[in-house]
Amino acid sequence: MDHESIVTLAKGLTMAVGGFFPALAIGLIVSKAMESIGRNPESAGKLFVPMLLGAAFAEAIAIYALVVVFTLK
Amino acid sequence: MHIPTLAPEVLATIGGMKITNTMVNVWLALVIFLVLGLIVKRAVALRPGKLQNFIEYFLEIILGYFDQVTGDRKKTMRFLPLVGSVFFFILLSNWLGLLPGTGSITYGHKMLLRPANTDLNLTAAMALVAVISSHIFGLVTVGVFTHLNKFFQIGTFFKSILKGPVAIFTAVIELVVGIIELVSEAAKVLSLSLRLFGNIFAGEVLISVIASLVGLLVPTPFMMLELLVGVIQAAVFSMLTLVYLTVMTTKPHGEEEH
Repeated sequence: MDHESIVTLAKGLTMAVGGFFPALAIGLIVSKAMESIGRNPESAGKLFVPMLLGAAFAEAIAIYALVVVFTLK
Repeated sequence: MHIPTLAPEVLATIGGMKITNTMVNVWLALVIFLVLGLIVKRAVALRPGKLQNFIEYFLEIILGYFDQVTGDRKKTMRFLPLVGSVFFFILLSNWLGLLPGTGSITYGHKMLLRPANTDLNLTAAMALVAVISSHIFGLVTVGVFTHLNKFFQIGTFFKSILKGPVAIFTAVIELVVGIIELVSEAAKVLSLSLRLFGNIFAGEVLISVIASLVGLLVPTPFMMLELLVGVIQAAVFSMLTLVYLTVMTTKPHGEEEH
C-alpha cells in the first residue's frame, strides 16, 4: 500500500467514524427535546436554546474529525 | 475550482507584517461597527427612533439569555462588553462571508475578501482572549488565593491535615484533580477555536464546491444553512465565554465536612 492510498483511506475512515457518533448524539439530544415538547408544548420556547447549545457541542466533535481530515496529507 | 486553502492568502506585506484577505474582512466588520456605533450614539434620545428601538430590542433579548446563564443582572452587565462584542463580531463576520463579492473580487489573482473566521489565527486569538480574561476576572473578583486554590488545592490540603487520614486522602486526590483542571483550560482554548474555525471553514468549502458544480440556484439552500450556522456558532462561542467567566467568578462550593 503506497502513501497516497493510505492517506485517502485514513481520511475516509476518520470522517466516517468521526461523523457517525456525533450524528447519533445529536439525534438523541433532539429526540429527548421533542419528547418533552410533546409532553409540555408550552416549553418549546424555553427548550430551544439549550437544545441548540447541546447540539452545537456534539457537532464540535464532528468538526474536530473534519479538521484532522484537512491536516492529513 | 478554487477550494479555499487552510491558511489565508497573503495580499501585501507592510513593513514585515503580512496583510491577509481575512484581515481585510476583519477591518470591514470593524468599520461597519464603528459607523453603526457612532450613528446610534449621536441619535440616542429618551424617545427612541427606529434604529435605536431596533438595537434595544436585540439587546433586551440577548440580556435575557445571558441572565439565564449568570443568574444576576449585575454580572451580566459587567460581562456584556466582552461577551456581547464577541457575539456581534462573530455574527457579522460570518454573515459578511455570504455577501456577493466574497471570493469573486480578486486582487492580483487572489481573493480579496474571505470570511474572517476561516482564519485559525483569528479564532485562536479570540479563544485565548476569552479564556485569559476569564482568569483575570476570576483573580479580580474572588481574590488571588481563592482563584489559585481552585487549581493548586494546597490550602485545602493544609486545612485537612488537622482532620484526619480520610480527609488527607481526599485532599491529595483534589490536589491532582486541580492540576488536571489546568489541562482542561488548554482544552477550552483548543475547542473554542477549532469549533468556530471548523464550522465556518467547512461551510466555505462546501459553498465553493457546490457553486463550482452548479452555479445557478443550487447553492441557495447551502447558503441559508450557512446563515443559520453563523448565528448558532456565534451564540455558542459567546455562551461558552459567558459560562467560563461565570464559573471563574463564583466562589468555590463551600467546604462541607468531608
